[in-house]
Amino acid sequence: MIQLDHLTKRYGPDAVVRDLTLTVRGGELLIVLGGSGCGKTTTLKMINRLVEPTSGTVRLDDTDTATMPPHELRRRIGYVFQRVGLFPHMTVAENVAVTPSLLGWSPARTRARIDELLALVELDPALVRDRRPDELSGGQQQRVGVARALAAGPAVMLLDEPFGALDPLTRERLQESFLRIRRETGLTAVFVTHDMAEALMLGDRIAVMHAGELEQIGTPHDLLTRPASPYVRELMNTPRRQAAAVERLSGGPTA
Amino acid sequence: MSEQLALLPEYLTAHLQLTLIALLLSAAIALPVGVAATRIARLEPLALGVAGVIQTVPGLALLALMVPLLAAVDLRSIGFLPAICGLTLYGVFPILRNTVTGISTVDPVYTEAARGVGMTPLQQLARVELPLAMPVVVAGLRTATVWLVGMATLSTPVGATSLGNYIFSGLQIRNYVAVLVGCVAAGGLALVLDGLVRAVEDGLARRRRKQVAAALGLAALLYGYAGITLAVARFDDRERPVVIGSKPFTEQYVLSAALARLVERETGRRTELVQSLGSTVAFDALVAGEIDLYVDYTGTVWVNQMQGGGSFPGRAAVTERVRRFLREQHDVTLAAMLGFENTYALAVRGRDAERLGLRTISDLAAVAPRFVFGSDYEFFARPEWPPVRDTYGLSFRELRSMDVSLMYQAVATGEVDVISAYGTDGRIDAFDLRVLDDERGAIPPYDAVVLAGAGIARLAPDVVAAVARLDGAISADRMRAMNFAVDEAGEDPSRVAERFVRTLP
Repeated sequence: MIQLDHLTKRYGPDAVVRDLTLTVRGGELLIVLGGSGCGKTTTLKMINRLVEPTSGTVRLDDTDTATMPPHELRRRIGYVFQRVGLFPHMTVAENVAVTPSLLGWSPARTRARIDELLALVELDPALVRDRRPDELSGGQQQRVGVARALAAGPAVMLLDEPFGALDPLTRERLQESFLRIRRETGLTAVFVTHDMAEALMLGDRIAVMHAGELEQIGTPHDLLTRPASPYVRELMNTPRRQAAAVERLSGGPTA
Repeated sequence: MSEQLALLPEYLTAHLQLTLIALLLSAAIALPVGVAATRIARLEPLALGVAGVIQTVPGLALLALMVPLLAAVDLRSIGFLPAICGLTLYGVFPILRNTVTGISTVDPVYTEAARGVGMTPLQQLARVELPLAMPVVVAGLRTATVWLVGMATLSTPVGATSLGNYIFSGLQIRNYVAVLVGCVAAGGLALVLDGLVRAVEDGLARRRRKQVAAALGLAALLYGYAGITLAVARFDDRERPVVIGSKPFTEQYVLSAALARLVERETGRRTELVQSLGSTVAFDALVAGEIDLYVDYTGTVWVNQMQGGGSFPGRAAVTERVRRFLREQHDVTLAAMLGFENTYALAVRGRDAERLGLRTISDLAAVAPRFVFGSDYEFFARPEWPPVRDTYGLSFRELRSMDVSLMYQAVATGEVDVISAYGTDGRIDAFDLRVLDDERGAIPPYDAVVLAGAGIARLAPDVVAAVARLDGAISADRMRAMNFAVDEAGEDPSRVAERFVRTLP
């Protein structure tokens, strides 16, 4: 369980995130949804202290994260970056093994874990294990990125628009893989995106952010049927508008 | 050629010692400071600024500056130490700059990922930033390596043997084979060392363990060789050789070789030559006991050390006052007066002298406004020049400084019209120049004298006695002939010296 309590981040006089309070339940996948600059990535980074909050607290299973050394906190939390960030001077196996090696796992345990994880993210360990990241496709790289985040068996996973840079078909396959992985591992996850379809498809609940503040939090069904503000209503209507536009095009000029 | 190649092992070994040790020290300073500069924001401009300023000091000047700096803190100021200090300072900048650039240009996506997976700042540096910065850091090391090999040739004037010995003496005595051997050897050494660093880098990047091991092994062998040869020289328990210095011109090469040969013959002691020392470095080295003997000139001591003024009490009196000054102030013995003067002499082309009737410097004054005066680098800045200029009322069209080795050529071909020649230079005859008479005595007497340091005079009086045999042994004509044999006939200074010593009873 992750509790954000009156969380605020200011850069100078400007608040990027303002007085944010919400709870991520154990085993839940919470989507943080919003447009560019709404503070969603900053919120995510405050959870593992890549960004230090100006005020407010983050509790992880009732422990204030400010009381832990940041590197130890981060070893317990998987993080998937929008730009993947695989280390280019390491092989795929070494990238996946980074956090286990920081935790001092034995080589045998690490090796077994690497193959298990590569299989989990649907890569052939024998084929990719010793390759360098730049020899993989974008989709394969982000699969490795997910494997790296999962390597030390974290209870919590943070994902920052992980599939945003991928083509639509690859994105869909990775979304399906991710849903399956989550079912199998029972992870608690916070997933940042600006993609409505992705949010509706993956999220147990969705937190909509706007201009640094929490606009509404609820299940996809709640948000679609009972939007709390004009902004949320507008946002929830976008998939419908897009669907209608597609319909018109396929139905020909009569529309 | 074979004479030159016989010197190669000694010079190359010394050069290797200088380069490798300076490189190691530069890296030992620059790498940690560079890393620290990327962590501490205020340190970066300071570190890069200081290193950059050092870099802008010309190499020769930087090494020469080490001599008074080290002397001021009572350290060995001649030889290996000043050379190593200067070279180390010079090597810091490229390594420092590239370390800072390499680390600070690592894409933030990787440093954030490093934090995200739970690395501590130190782990982030060691596992992500340094490996990713490695190619740039290594490029800095390679730059430093090549610079240092080149720069180490400038160690010769501060008394450290290097491949520069070939170059400095070769240029002065116009032995271009020696210059070429020095340059080619330095170039070859630079290529080899650069290749080694590159092989390590390449092997690391491609993860070729054997290549890295082979390159590092070879580097370790070179370091081992440099270290052992240094240690052997240091713990040499044979009696210390008699160290004989020389300034960087032909006459000094001949005379230092003659002193060495004579001391060996008369006393059976070993000798060692430290050649091409800067003019003031030689005197300081003698006083500090770094060298035991060298030849200087009374006028030079008068002007440089005694700060004597523009009027001179006559040749014999100047010598006596110099002798007394050296003994009382510096405990230095004037061991022999060789019997000739090597004065600054104003020289013109022979045909100008005839055509214009130039015999004395007074005659020159009338035509000076039409003449260009060429001189070595220091003459116009030396205290001798203003009295000459003022005594004769000389006002030239232009004053031009140039290297000594080019000065004679320049007057012969008409680039300049008058030069400040050295009285005993063989090239005065070779280029058909006429020395103008200093009828009013504005130029001090420059009797050549052998100076012996306090240590040698006390511990080895036989050496001083041997040197005393040279008293009055060399006339101006004889010196000029010996210089001529080297400068124009292309003979080796040591061979000319050998022949001369054989004529001594």
